[in-house]
Amino acid sequence: MSKSIDQVFVNAKQWLLSWLAGSPGWVIQVVSILTNIFALLAVFLTLFALISVLERKILARIQNRYGPNRVGPFGLFQPIADGIKMLIKEDIVPARADKIVHFLAPVLIAATAILTLGVIPYGRNMTPFTIDGGILFFFAVGSTTELAVFMAGWGSNNKFSMLGAMRAIAQMFSYELPLIITVLPVVMVVGSLTPERIVAAQAEYTFGLVPRWFVFTPWGAAAFILFFVSGLVESNRTPFDVPEGESEIVAGHMTEYSGFKYATFFMAEYIGMFAISGLGVTLFLGGWHAPVRVLEIIPSYVWFFVKLSVLLFVYIWVRGTLPRTRIDQIMNVAWKFMLPMAFTCIIAAAVWHYAGRGLRGWLWSLLVIAIVYTALSILLDTRRKFAQRVYRFAE
Amino acid sequence: MNGAAFIVISILTLAAALAAATLRKLMHAALSFAVAFVGIAAFFFLLGAEFVGLALVFIYIGAVAVLIVFTILLTRRDIEKDRGFNWSGVIIAVALFCGLTWSILKTPSLSIVAPHIRALTVKRIGEALMTSYVWPLQCIGLLLTAALIGALVLVMEEKR
Amino acid sequence: MTPTLQIFLIVSAALFSIGLLAALSRRHAIFILIGIEMMLAAANLNFIAFWRFAPKPHQPPVGVMLALFSIAISAAEAAVGLAMIIAVYRHYRTTNVDQLDQLKG
Repeated sequence: MSKSIDQVFVNAKQWLLSWLAGSPGWVIQVVSILTNIFALLAVFLTLFALISVLERKILARIQNRYGPNRVGPFGLFQPIADGIKMLIKEDIVPARADKIVHFLAPVLIAATAILTLGVIPYGRNMTPFTIDGGILFFFAVGSTTELAVFMAGWGSNNKFSMLGAMRAIAQMFSYELPLIITVLPVVMVVGSLTPERIVAAQAEYTFGLVPRWFVFTPWGAAAFILFFVSGLVESNRTPFDVPEGESEIVAGHMTEYSGFKYATFFMAEYIGMFAISGLGVTLFLGGWHAPVRVLEIIPSYVWFFVKLSVLLFVYIWVRGTLPRTRIDQIMNVAWKFMLPMAFTCIIAAAVWHYAGRGLRGWLWSLLVIAIVYTALSILLDTRRKFAQRVYRFAE
Repeated sequence: MNGAAFIVISILTLAAALAAATLRKLMHAALSFAVAFVGIAAFFFLLGAEFVGLALVFIYIGAVAVLIVFTILLTRRDIEKDRGFNWSGVIIAVALFCGLTWSILKTPSLSIVAPHIRALTVKRIGEALMTSYVWPLQCIGLLLTAALIGALVLVMEEKR
Repeated sequence: MTPTLQIFLIVSAALFSIGLLAALSRRHAIFILIGIEMMLAAANLNFIAFWRFAPKPHQPPVGVMLALFSIAISAAEAAVGLAMIIAVYRHYRTTNVDQLDQLKG
């Protein structure tokens, strides 16, 4: 029973394809691909609408307000109202803009954001697009975003846009390095770039109780934190939203966009956030596996989306809590702290592997990370830089 | 291997490459350069070398295209002044293309269809890189580090 | 129609010629660099095509390895080349290669 619920979407697709039995192979292939694309778009556009209203509500609660509560029950129809508003707004293109580039930028940014969603396994046998080097595909397609952001900045022919695009590219470039290097230990330990294999490698449980997710090893925990912070920067979320800081440079590379094109940018940003959190779930949090063996009866995709929503909640929580950082601080942290720590994770993973992947390896890799962390904080003189601030008020 | 896919990809690639070589505006040329490399990566996918195709997209569009675009910005004063076009280059390029095509068509041993091969997995590439190609790999690492440092030193602001 | 090795080589030759065209006839240094990159990509396409169409597949896949290394080298070349363009621009205030005709700065 639980197995059939687990595979309900896979079976539904098989049933749909069985109608086409007898037609040539390429027809079945095309229909199969289109089904996957439609399912992916339907799920994530709904999630986007839901998250856009939930984010406003959670932020409001953090700031002691109510948030949107006028449209529909609990304000849940707010995204529909927002969508209609966005669609009927005038689409303004600046007269001196580079029209083609200005038009293509939102198209490219949304397309690449959606493409990256394709390689993530959402449940048992539920990967929309299986490819041998799935993780590499994710990053290869994701790196195209930088060019799209640049196109937006250049095409608008506006100083604010250009500045915002430069900031965005600078910070995305710097954080792509730690992001990719923190993925390497997982790839190294599993010995595969395929997301399904990585999920399968985290399937076992110690004593049937503690799952063998990579986040529960010292190198995995360190890599996950680094990955999460880099993910925050890559998706331009709040402590690192310098590229579009409203109080400084209007809206960064999106300044000259209005109406539906602006909504596309907004959507691409959220979908990029889903993709990076989904990859984090796949790599470190055991993908679609349940946290306890007994709970495996709950369908796999439910677990995936539960973990995804927890990560998304943390994203929103961080946004509601932390103020914006300065661009030079962001750069310094990337090159002086994140990158060395990311390399340390690789070494710690190797130590863990060669010490037998047991308790001994666990302690050794913890030691490696602790030593490097302490050394780095002494070298960077963090005690002085992050000392308790003394505020003097005017009297 | 699919004939239709081949035709679509080759038209896209060659058109984008031609645009990159001839467009007046530098920025448009740089963006068509990126499109041309997407086309070449698609060729690699068609030929069954997915890993190389992904690496090409990653390096050329994620890094080299952005570098080119940044260079265009940093040398911006010159953008509108690029009016020189040397027509003798066109003659040489066309002559070279004709010569190459003639020699390719004249060689009968080249008109072969692709044999069936084992899929080239990332694992096989990794094994080859870590066994018979370890030394070239290390040399490439050294070269890239040297190039990185060299590029940084070149563009550093001179102290006055 | 299944593409033969010949057609791949012709496409690659066309790409190479376009790269040569950019390198020879444009006067802007960045165009010359774009042309060189395109010629290198054409060579990579040849490597992969010859690997794929080889009657007896090699182990290790030599063509793929060569293509990977040449991609890495051309990335290094692009980085250094662009840095040189910026350095030259700072010095002469131009990137037109015809105007860079004196050795004495």
